[in-house]
Amino acid sequence: MASLYGSAHLQAPSPAPARAPQRIVSLVPALTETLFAIGAGPQVVGVSSYDQFPPEVKKLPQVGALLDPDTERILALRPDLVITYGSQLNAEAQFARAGIRTYSYRHGGIATVLESLRDLAMLTGHRADGERIARDLQARFDAVRARVRGRRRLRTMVVFEHDPGTLRSMFVSGGIGFLHDMLDIAGGEDVFGDVKRESVQPSMETLISRAPEVIVEIRGNLPSNIDAERRAWLALTTVPAVKNGRVHFLAGEYLVVPGPRVAQGVEAFARTLHPDAYR
Amino acid sequence: MTSPTDATAHVAPATHQARERRHATRGARATRARIAATVGAFGALAFLTCLLAPLVGSTHISLVRAFDRSIPFADNVDAQIFFVARLPRVLAGALVGAGLASAGVVFQALLRNPLADPFTLGVSGGASVGAMLAITFGLSMAVGPVSPVPLATLAGAGAAALLVYRLATAAGRAMSTSVLLLAGVTLNAFFSAVIMLLQYVSSFTEVYRAMRWLMGDLDIGGFAPVIAVLPLMAIAFVLFALLPSALNQLSVGSDAAASRGVDVARVQRLAFVSASLATSGSVSLAGPIGFVGIVVPHLVRLIVGVDHRVVLPASALFGAAFLVGCDLVARTLFSPVEIPLGIVTAMIGGPFFLWLLVRRG
Repeated sequence: MASLYGSAHLQAPSPAPARAPQRIVSLVPALTETLFAIGAGPQVVGVSSYDQFPPEVKKLPQVGALLDPDTERILALRPDLVITYGSQLNAEAQFARAGIRTYSYRHGGIATVLESLRDLAMLTGHRADGERIARDLQARFDAVRARVRGRRRLRTMVVFEHDPGTLRSMFVSGGIGFLHDMLDIAGGEDVFGDVKRESVQPSMETLISRAPEVIVEIRGNLPSNIDAERRAWLALTTVPAVKNGRVHFLAGEYLVVPGPRVAQGVEAFARTLHPDAYR
Repeated sequence: MTSPTDATAHVAPATHQARERRHATRGARATRARIAATVGAFGALAFLTCLLAPLVGSTHISLVRAFDRSIPFADNVDAQIFFVARLPRVLAGALVGAGLASAGVVFQALLRNPLADPFTLGVSGGASVGAMLAITFGLSMAVGPVSPVPLATLAGAGAAALLVYRLATAAGRAMSTSVLLLAGVTLNAFFSAVIMLLQYVSSFTEVYRAMRWLMGDLDIGGFAPVIAVLPLMAIAFVLFALLPSALNQLSVGSDAAASRGVDVARVQRLAFVSASLATSGSVSLAGPIGFVGIVVPHLVRLIVGVDHRVVLPASALFGAAFLVGCDLVARTLFSPVEIPLGIVTAMIGGPFFLWLLVRRG
């Protein structure tokens, strides 16, 4: 699995057409965002059923997603490039047989976000825009790094899932992946940084013994009953984050989609971890 | 006219009867002693497991510090790991292990089918649909200490048990165990389709959480979840205590049992209700943990024979020890990452059971 982490590559039936693709179908929301960010939005003719951003995607036909790509509808859109997730081997094979280029992608860290951005920019004929946006992202990361430089790196746990109202079935960021990288830039020390997985399910025991100083709960949407969510943490009185009132809730799709809005996420993390740096 | 021979002839049957009666009482007393000794041995195993399990974990803690009253609990990390992370988990494991193993014994006797387990009659399927609904739609209703997912699980389990019971007693006839079995199996298949449908329309993280729930988990982080299912489990265990002799009669066939004066309908009802309660409580606390309910009863039978007066309590106790032991493996083997409990029970229970089967066979 590790070798597949954060990979992205073009699978082109030979000979590869020289012209930039004009009819793109994207099955990966993060890369749909990327396409629109680099100015390839008008070339997109179909998106996945999870796509929500930018608002323009809501007008485009939805053609299934990770587990259920509707290949018939995709083929009917006569695409010249399909962006697939790395595990969609059947769909990729089908598109190859139909002579359609695919760009196969797997989530990885921030490096993967930048790499796929540059790839897509080159592929779709928006090289200059892509380069500009990549540089802009890099500059924003550097700005955050500069702001938190010299401050103590707080031992932080990034939680992205647990049962409502309790701390059961919890999933937190591990030592690889874009959440880990975001935290790293924002001046946090991942308490599960030693576990080289994108997500870790910590037991109560490891959670108590790892004693995070800050807990950041991220969600696509703010939980409906935030007070119950806050109360659930109060049982763990020895955890410094709980003791010192440093359990924070951040909500927004931009936090959970590893696309070009990742810089916004990094900035939100930094403001949460080091509010003094932003005074 | 009394000849010495007559006298002996007259006396002999009386002494014979007395001797038989003495034999019988001695036999009954011996049986009771044997049951007590066997159950006692299993009890000691369960007790020792529950005593030792909280002492071991992924972190090293100081027991002296954990029990040091001079340190405020809110600041005592060792005490929090012991009393919040470990002890509730061990108690929940014992309760669920005992509940599922006993329910397995009872369902196997009720359905007269060695392949029956606590999940055969659709209770776990209904429970899982409840849990999936709570996870997929992010339900946030809670009753007292019971959080949404266990609550929805319990509701689903209860609804499934009622449904299958109504089907088996439809048209006012006595409970048919074959209808019960077929209805249960069909409901399970139906519920799996509902679960797949719910997963299909869910978002990715919900599917992942739902999958994780199906693998079982005892990391409950406090005593409240155990206390919440305790009344249900207590009723189940009281009912279990009434069952063993009747189950012995029932296992030779309901007609034979009826001819010996067993109120078959009542025993079947009692068996169904008690095992369903124990299963529902267990699944709502820890998810549908497989293997305990089928492997433990068979294991125990291979060791102690088929008398339900031994098998039922011994299975409950061995089930408790087995699940607490499996959870110990789950939480320590690859720490800080845990192995889902349902995987451990299958990985340990399966090969062990096969080995015992071949060795005995």
